[in-house]
Amino acid sequence: MMTSQEFLQIDLPAMTAAVLACVSCALVGNFLVLRRQSMMGDAISHAILPGIVMGFLVTGSRAGLPVILGALAAAVLAGVLIEAVRRLGRLDGGAAMGVVFTVMFAGGVVLIEQGAARAVDLDADCVLYGQLEAILWLAPSGWSDLADPAVWTELPHQVVVLAAVTLLCVVCVTLFYKELALTSFDPHLATTLGYPAGLFHYGVVVLVAVAAIASFEAVGSILVVAMLICPAATARLLTDRLPVQLWLSVGIGGATGAGGYLLGAFGPTVLMGEPADALNAAGMIATLAGVLLTAAILFAPRHGILGRRRSALRLGPDDPHGAERNDVVSNAVTR
Amino acid sequence: MIPDEILATLTLRAGFNSAVVVAGTACLGVAAGVIGSFMLLRKRAMVSDALSHATLPGIALAFLIATALGMEGRSLPVLLAGALFSGVLGVLAIQAISRFTRLPEDAAIGAVLSVFFGVGVVLLSHIQTLATGNQAGLKTFILGQTAAMNRNEAMAIAGLALAALAACVLLFKEFRLLCFDPGFAAGQGWPTVRIDLTLMGLTTLVTVIGLQTVGLILIIALLIVPPAAARFWTEKLWAMLVIAAVLGGISGWLGASLSALVPRLPAGAVIVLVAGSLFLFSFLFAPARGVVATAWRQARLRLAYAEQAALTGLLHGRPPASGGMDTWLRVRGMVRDSALTARGRDAARSSERNRRLWERFLIHYPTLVPGRANWGIDPIDRVLPRDLVLELESLPEQLSP
Repeated sequence: MMTSQEFLQIDLPAMTAAVLACVSCALVGNFLVLRRQSMMGDAISHAILPGIVMGFLVTGSRAGLPVILGALAAAVLAGVLIEAVRRLGRLDGGAAMGVVFTVMFAGGVVLIEQGAARAVDLDADCVLYGQLEAILWLAPSGWSDLADPAVWTELPHQVVVLAAVTLLCVVCVTLFYKELALTSFDPHLATTLGYPAGLFHYGVVVLVAVAAIASFEAVGSILVVAMLICPAATARLLTDRLPVQLWLSVGIGGATGAGGYLLGAFGPTVLMGEPADALNAAGMIATLAGVLLTAAILFAPRHGILGRRRSALRLGPDDPHGAERNDVVSNAVTR
Repeated sequence: MIPDEILATLTLRAGFNSAVVVAGTACLGVAAGVIGSFMLLRKRAMVSDALSHATLPGIALAFLIATALGMEGRSLPVLLAGALFSGVLGVLAIQAISRFTRLPEDAAIGAVLSVFFGVGVVLLSHIQTLATGNQAGLKTFILGQTAAMNRNEAMAIAGLALAALAACVLLFKEFRLLCFDPGFAAGQGWPTVRIDLTLMGLTTLVTVIGLQTVGLILIIALLIVPPAAARFWTEKLWAMLVIAAVLGGISGWLGASLSALVPRLPAGAVIVLVAGSLFLFSFLFAPARGVVATAWRQARLRLAYAEQAALTGLLHGRPPASGGMDTWLRVRGMVRDSALTARGRDAARSSERNRRLWERFLIHYPTLVPGRANWGIDPIDRVLPRDLVLELESLPEQLSP
């Protein structure tokens, strides 16, 4: 049976990291979905690979500042290259992204393989699937230890970085809420009103890159895409108001992170009725996000496929209120 | 490394097995280049990305089912059948989401891509815990590996790639119609939905047979990069297809050879890097739409307009505004001592006539204006038929028709 010490040392830090990664990605993902730029998240999460490997080869550790700086530089380079290929080459945006991120990812894969020849501890797996299970907090040995401030200073660096990035995302979205909303829904109006829509486009890209880089170590580069898009898309189906959508997506993201981790870690044990090996938590989080999105697609009250059918039926002639409403509509039309 | 060895591999003489692998990969590149061209023109480039990621759960599920039934889980046809199944499911999911919900297509693509991949990762981690499970063979599908490929597999890949290519050639007319004007095609009574599904089916086929060589993350590059590079060389569809096929073939051939020669060089990544270098070269130096050629044409056009303005000004007694233009006209022998020479006067007169005729043409025949001519600069006698030019010359000198 699991002790509280095991939970505090293994599961709590990993789950916290998963929740923070999901919340920060879900929050900035809203603006990607609204701007029809979802694939930018995919492109960035692939394109940061060479930057990560470079930073890693320089320092030899997965944690240092050079890795983060390398990833950020690669993300900015990818953004600039995509824009250059699209404008100068007059190519479709999707094709420009496809060219840039595949070539950068391929460069990263070659760098990893060549670095691995020098016996370096990095492989494509940890970049693709993340290493949620490797986040450990060895300091506390029981609940009573949490009162000791010395324990808190040994919090795993991934959790600290993710907390800082989540805070950064919340602050940026709160500060620039009006501008972000305006430039997302109507960039031309924003430009005529004097807001630099192009600058906010790059701002969103950089914020996505920061969230993706902080999260890739926890959930892996491809599953970052799930967290960027799925909670925001689910929330988009449930509401028509932006503030509600932001809160919903953050809630869904957090719940997906916690629920996915618990399902991955304890699901097999519960299902088998005996201790069993854990499933990949990052994959489970993405799967759960997909399940929630599917549920919203089918059953969302106004925009879901089945929900829409029900409200269409309600307007039918059998329903007295519906008939009344239809009369109002037809009267308005005939007048 | 010995140069002889390089040459032998490149010319397919380094043993039958590696020759077949290299040739099979080259065939794959050719087929992907041609089919990817249609996907690119259809603006569907990213759908193939989702398609390739969506194959992972199918591969894992096929392995699990085959193992449960007591078969050899790692047999290639079983795994590829699973990949085909879940890939098709992923594409159908994208189309259903973007058709029946308010979500835009890019969100549908991203969601399907990541969720399917996540399910695949969970299944892989489950396979890893099985007592009998040996998932070493499954992970090669993610990044690709030519070293593990045997002769029969390579021949099967080549055969299927050539079949996909043949289907593309047979359906050339239908695909062209679909890419350039789907509305017109539907109006003419063509079964556009079925043609679209056929194109998606061929893309799925190429993706699935490319999984083992290039891997599911990078197979999309073979479908996007060579066609995008070919786009810079030409404005004609058939030429683009041929160039994309050649570039894709070169990428597959060079990439597979290099990966066979150099240790620790994964085939998929090398193929993509070769394709990427070809793209960079085309992007910069292709004569039709390359960056350098476009900049050169724009600079020449700007100079021609400036020269025309300066000559017209000089004809009416106004010296050119900039010293640079004055020097330029002197170098060309059109101006001496800030006055037009005989040659300069001829050039100025003919350019003014050209400009006037263009003006009249634009006023009287605005619907006939050819799209690709530079109005006012290209000699009108060469752009328009002779009788039309004579008619324009005979028109009275007035601005409104």
